[in-house]
Amino acid sequence: MLYAILCYNDEATISNWTQEEEEACMSALMKVQEPLLKAGRLGPVARLMPTSAATTLRKDQDPPLVLDGPFAETKEQLLGFYIIDCNSLDDALGVAKDLGRANPGGAFEIRPLLSMNAGTLET
Amino acid sequence: MNDIANIDKTLRAVRPKAVAALLRYFRDLDTAEEAYQEACLRALTKWPENGPPRDPAAWLIFVGRNSALDGVRRASKLQALPDEAAISDLEDAEAAMAERLDTADYKDDILRLLFVCCHPDLPKVQQIALALRIVSGLSVKQIARAFLVGERAMEQRITRAKRRIAEAEVAFETPSAADRTERLAAVAAMLYLVFNEGYSAAGENIAEGPKLCEEAIRLARMLLTLFPAEPELMGLLALMLLQFSRSAARFSADGKVILLEDQNRDLWNRDMIAEGLALIDKAMRHQAPGKYQIQAAIAGLHARACKPEETDWAGVNALYEALERITPSPVITLNRAVAISKLEGAEAALALVDPLVDALSGYFYFHGVRGHFLKDLGRDEEARIAFNQAIALANTAAEAAHIRDQLDQLAARKTGG
Repeated sequence: MLYAILCYNDEATISNWTQEEEEACMSALMKVQEPLLKAGRLGPVARLMPTSAATTLRKDQDPPLVLDGPFAETKEQLLGFYIIDCNSLDDALGVAKDLGRANPGGAFEIRPLLSMNAGTLET
Repeated sequence: MNDIANIDKTLRAVRPKAVAALLRYFRDLDTAEEAYQEACLRALTKWPENGPPRDPAAWLIFVGRNSALDGVRRASKLQALPDEAAISDLEDAEAAMAERLDTADYKDDILRLLFVCCHPDLPKVQQIALALRIVSGLSVKQIARAFLVGERAMEQRITRAKRRIAEAEVAFETPSAADRTERLAAVAAMLYLVFNEGYSAAGENIAEGPKLCEEAIRLARMLLTLFPAEPELMGLLALMLLQFSRSAARFSADGKVILLEDQNRDLWNRDMIAEGLALIDKAMRHQAPGKYQIQAAIAGLHARACKPEETDWAGVNALYEALERITPSPVITLNRAVAISKLEGAEAALALVDPLVDALSGYFYFHGVRGHFLKDLGRDEEARIAFNQAIALANTAAEAAHIRDQLDQLAARKTGG
């Protein structure tokens, strides 16, 4: 089963990280990802720009409305996500906990995928 | 990262919000600041025990307000308020606070706090210092280091600035739309001052210069989050990000200025460039150009060029022309001359800058740019004179070192040729 791990945290706090802290966190996260990558269980991993770069399209009206900023104003913002292949929710929670130890604070939402098209994008 | 480090980051992140709300309650900067400090001290003892509250800003405002009121009561020998540990329904109180303090309140509070710092009576240095002290919470020592002055001198400047503000009338009612626009423009200008102070000092003040830039970027991003549909704020943040993206390439190992076209573009920070370009894209949609957006767009054209010769100089020239129309200034014309030199040659560029001599004769860049044009034209003796004038007006050792290099090249040409 494919799961998305959606990462939420307060971006104002995150932006106070020093470069060293950021690099330390990233390398700790890479260590958690490596075995998943080797086992072919890790899908796309994305890190989003700050919500100040976001634009929202309200398509519940015609013509749709374009709004500056994120869809929802929340205390914690969606900052990125992982797609992983896991046998069970427990397994997915285990990975999330490992990632969480490398990057404490905020919350992960673990959400099973109904379908995924890997696309043709090369990054 | 340990708990205290995390708490420290949270405190830094919510500081503008909390101090701004406390300023609204107490209408006095010192009281608001002291209340916030007190709340932070309590946070440092309470949060590791009980975990951080759900809404740290609301907690700090609540606790800060109570502690300050407590102080007032003690001073007037009235009965003290109960300690916040004794308040059994602090959670509820927090929730109610958070509700009352929705984004709409915070927005104008934070804007007011920033606006207070850019009082027109305050000299620019004091505006910057005050914003860094009050809004960002940098210590006087850090700010003094950034300005390369002594701690006591900086302390005095900040005290003087605060006194000025205490004497001035600060409007506490909710601003009208027109007032808000005016405040945003003043605050944007002040944030750009903070940025430029750091950016121009970066060569000599390697430790503190970039910190001011980062701080200005952080505050601009916060302001844009609060006022997400302001194209000039998008432009300002984009401009800062695009300029700051070149930090690692701006100076040589021996501390000389490296001109844009000679910079190693692999050292440019791609993440910052991507964010800056995304913000320009967003701003353009509003079709309401302003000086920050146009300057950001110029920086964007440079950022898009992987090699200097790929630069869209016609685009740069057109954008400088647009900027000249909005804010006519000989400095902008001087900048446009660089684009003209690429498009039409140094001769045409020189014709554009020579009439600026009266306005810019005391300006380092004027003589520097002119020297480069003259050198390109092989008018070495005139170039030497221009560079000598530039070196006398250099603002930093890095600038002087760059000009000295040019003079050395001219001297070598003379003996060689």
